[in-house]
Amino acid sequence: MRRLLALALLLVFTTGAAPQASLPDIEDEVMCVECGTALNISTSAVADQERAFIRRQIALGKDKQEVKAALVDEFGPGVLADPPSSGFDLAAYLVPALLALLGVVGIGIAARRWRRQASPAAPAGEPLGDEDAARLDAELAAYDRR
Amino acid sequence: MRFRASWAVILAAALLVGLLAYGVASRRADTSIDDAIAAGERVDAPDAELPVLGRGGEGSLADYKGKVVVLNFWASWCKPCTEELPLLERTHKAIAGRDATVLGANYQDVSDSALQFVRRFKLSYPSLRDRDGDFADRYGSRAFPETFVIDRSGRIAARRRGPVDQAWLDRTLPPLLGEKA
Repeated sequence: MRRLLALALLLVFTTGAAPQASLPDIEDEVMCVECGTALNISTSAVADQERAFIRRQIALGKDKQEVKAALVDEFGPGVLADPPSSGFDLAAYLVPALLALLGVVGIGIAARRWRRQASPAAPAGEPLGDEDAARLDAELAAYDRR
Repeated sequence: MRFRASWAVILAAALLVGLLAYGVASRRADTSIDDAIAAGERVDAPDAELPVLGRGGEGSLADYKGKVVVLNFWASWCKPCTEELPLLERTHKAIAGRDATVLGANYQDVSDSALQFVRRFKLSYPSLRDRDGDFADRYGSRAFPETFVIDRSGRIAARRRGPVDQAWLDRTLPPLLGEKA
């Protein structure tokens, strides 16, 4: 009996239905194909048609991934907000990575420079002799008395 | 060290500006078809295997080899496009017996919405589905509707960037229909 109960609980937790898709959750991840902007900020006729298409797919009980797959089937991969990773569009991935790398290198160079400026100057020359040390003490004592 | 760092910054900035310029230039509409037509020349019509709207299977311009093809880019979300569909259907019926056809290229459209217009206007000519817009890009398309008339040798002889009217069709089609392949 316990085993059956445990199995039932396991099934409930592991085979839970995919979360219900919603228009706001999807439209910020797809493009208005004609206007070239994200669907959630587009007000054109083609954007309205895409939104109607998404609503129909949701009404059919499809989850988010299935709706996105249906969009790709209808409009091609360009409908997804992720830029394609080939040709010139590859720059969308490479440029931020390159800039991040340059930033890290820049920070490294700046940090090295700052450390060098902040470190105390190395003592110059030889240590004072007894005579000079006595003179210095005398001068400092005279300065303190003023 | 300072000298080298500043050169690296200048180089990175130059690369970014170059990349931006290339990106802008590469997205500009291709005007080679317009230029050729303006010079009185005909250019080979770009072709692609595309799904046929509502009929299944694939089709292309090559299927109409030897025919005059009135290639019309349209979409159900484009009002001027749908307004000229009845004229194109009448044109198709008028030229079909003379080894010619109208061929639609349905641009970035929801197929159900496009099919509603096919049924409403009882369109008897086929439409290819340019679902990602790549086919239209190859024609340098900028705004819709756009129509290209392709001669029997598969070359673009005329183009209309905007809605067609009866006068333009009457002026453009007869000489091409009279040509031999």
